[in-house]
Amino acid sequence: MAVLVIADHDGQSVRDTTAKTVTAAQKLGGDIDILVVGQGAQAAADSAAKISGVRKVLLAESAELGKTLAEAVEATVLPLADGYDAILTPANMDGKNFAPRIAAKLDVSPISDIVEVISADTFVRPIYAGNALETIKSSDAKKVITVRPTAFDAAADGGSASVENVSGGEAPKTDFVSEEMVKSDRPELGAAKIIVSGGRALGSAEEFHAVMDPLADRLGAAVGASRAAVDAGYAPNDYQVGQTGKVVAPELYIAIGISGAIQHLAGMKDSKVIVAINKDADAPIFQVADYGIVGDYKTVVPELMTALG
Amino acid sequence: MKVLVPVKRVIDSNVKARVKADQSGVDLANVKMSMNPFCEIAVEEAVRMKEGKGHAAETASEIVVVSIGPAQAQETIRTALAMGADRGILIQSDTDLEPLAVAKLLKAVVEEEKPELVLMGKQSIDGDNNAVGQMLAALLDWPQATFAAKIEIGDGKATVTREVDGGVQTVAVQLPAVVTTDLRLNTPRYASLPNIMKAKKKEIATKAVADYGVDVTPRLTVQKVTEPPKRQAGEKVADAAELVAKLKSKGVL
Repeated sequence: MAVLVIADHDGQSVRDTTAKTVTAAQKLGGDIDILVVGQGAQAAADSAAKISGVRKVLLAESAELGKTLAEAVEATVLPLADGYDAILTPANMDGKNFAPRIAAKLDVSPISDIVEVISADTFVRPIYAGNALETIKSSDAKKVITVRPTAFDAAADGGSASVENVSGGEAPKTDFVSEEMVKSDRPELGAAKIIVSGGRALGSAEEFHAVMDPLADRLGAAVGASRAAVDAGYAPNDYQVGQTGKVVAPELYIAIGISGAIQHLAGMKDSKVIVAINKDADAPIFQVADYGIVGDYKTVVPELMTALG
Repeated sequence: MKVLVPVKRVIDSNVKARVKADQSGVDLANVKMSMNPFCEIAVEEAVRMKEGKGHAAETASEIVVVSIGPAQAQETIRTALAMGADRGILIQSDTDLEPLAVAKLLKAVVEEEKPELVLMGKQSIDGDNNAVGQMLAALLDWPQATFAAKIEIGDGKATVTREVDGGVQTVAVQLPAVVTTDLRLNTPRYASLPNIMKAKKKEIATKAVADYGVDVTPRLTVQKVTEPPKRQAGEKVADAAELVAKLKSKGVL
């Protein structure tokens, strides 16, 4: 048995979502190789080689892989697929984009967003916005799986796998045009230990940033938002926590002016400690919060800043 | 340009799904069903392409809606027709098919209908797989642009701004292509009464899965469906100072 993990990385190093996916791969059993796709991603491949329990790292590079175009990832993975019984990747936006494409080419049913490995062919995954968990058994000889990183611990460092180059695929019918990335010195939502998240109650983009940014900076936290706040333009799409946005599970999640729609709860209810600040005492968010303050964020957040010192 | 829009009938997004006591699945008896919200966004965008609203005039010439599901999925198709789609195809299936089977059926529909664009929701809110669009593109060897927040059609290409981790990415895919819709693409309209009446006269062809000669044998067996562990509501604290003290004692600050 051999498993291929397609890494999530920033060009310099693999993100901890990769180490968490390696943990899921270990539960399937067998040898684990990591594939790093990108351009100028040698450093990321070297960091992948340090994850403990990894047999080898494959590095594939091309301009299209530098933009993680799904067609290019598919073209890179297909020639390698014969050597593996399972292909795993984190269920982030990139993984969700290319994994089903690879599965279709291999004529297998993809297994999306697993939160538990029962055995090499049986997995648990959330459905209906996390309101139900299904246990499914796959009869496909080869499995293509996306892994919800927050459900697994990161595999430790301490490995010294070799790095081999493999051929990088192209995307002949897709051209990269541009990208606009949100620049921030704060931690990424997926990796942050503390997240402060704002909702529609904040009322405007200016207010959102005026309230959330200083609090996030004080706590060393990432900033999230509810779908309502993103739809209203108060926060960029990348901030959205929820069923179709980011699924997070930090040590501490502070929800400010978020009522707690089921789609939002689906994205954060696995956080270790949840704090809700909302002026509506009946808001559903209080039903999942460990600590709640009923009050207007306009008074509570400044008090919180003072209390934090 | 002919546009094919696959749509799915699912539990209404405002209804909380409840797991059946025998763990065989989610209870859908007497539950309000609606068009999957992401599919609605896809229908709306196709209609705007036809109207020239936010798109070059008449970018879309014909909009064909296809649904795979039970007989009642006809209502979902009618909703799309009332929004402005031209005609519908219902592929009747009483079992919920896996994304791979759905993608194979849609491939067969594409080969028959020959659209230049397949516009569809990025995921259905029941299975939450987020897979069919990508799989259809792969089976057709077409390019894909998933999680679209903006679409422009021109010069035989779809230029699509996609929601990705860290921000947005814009790609240009050669048509024919598959584009899947994200939340910020548009706000779907409510169909007007005259349009609902008009939709009743629009054609819906009913087909069977077997008509397409596609292997839809399941590859996955659902062993059980359970409720996730429930979180208990905690305590209300009086003020920020008490909150900070509690968080410090929990070791999270």
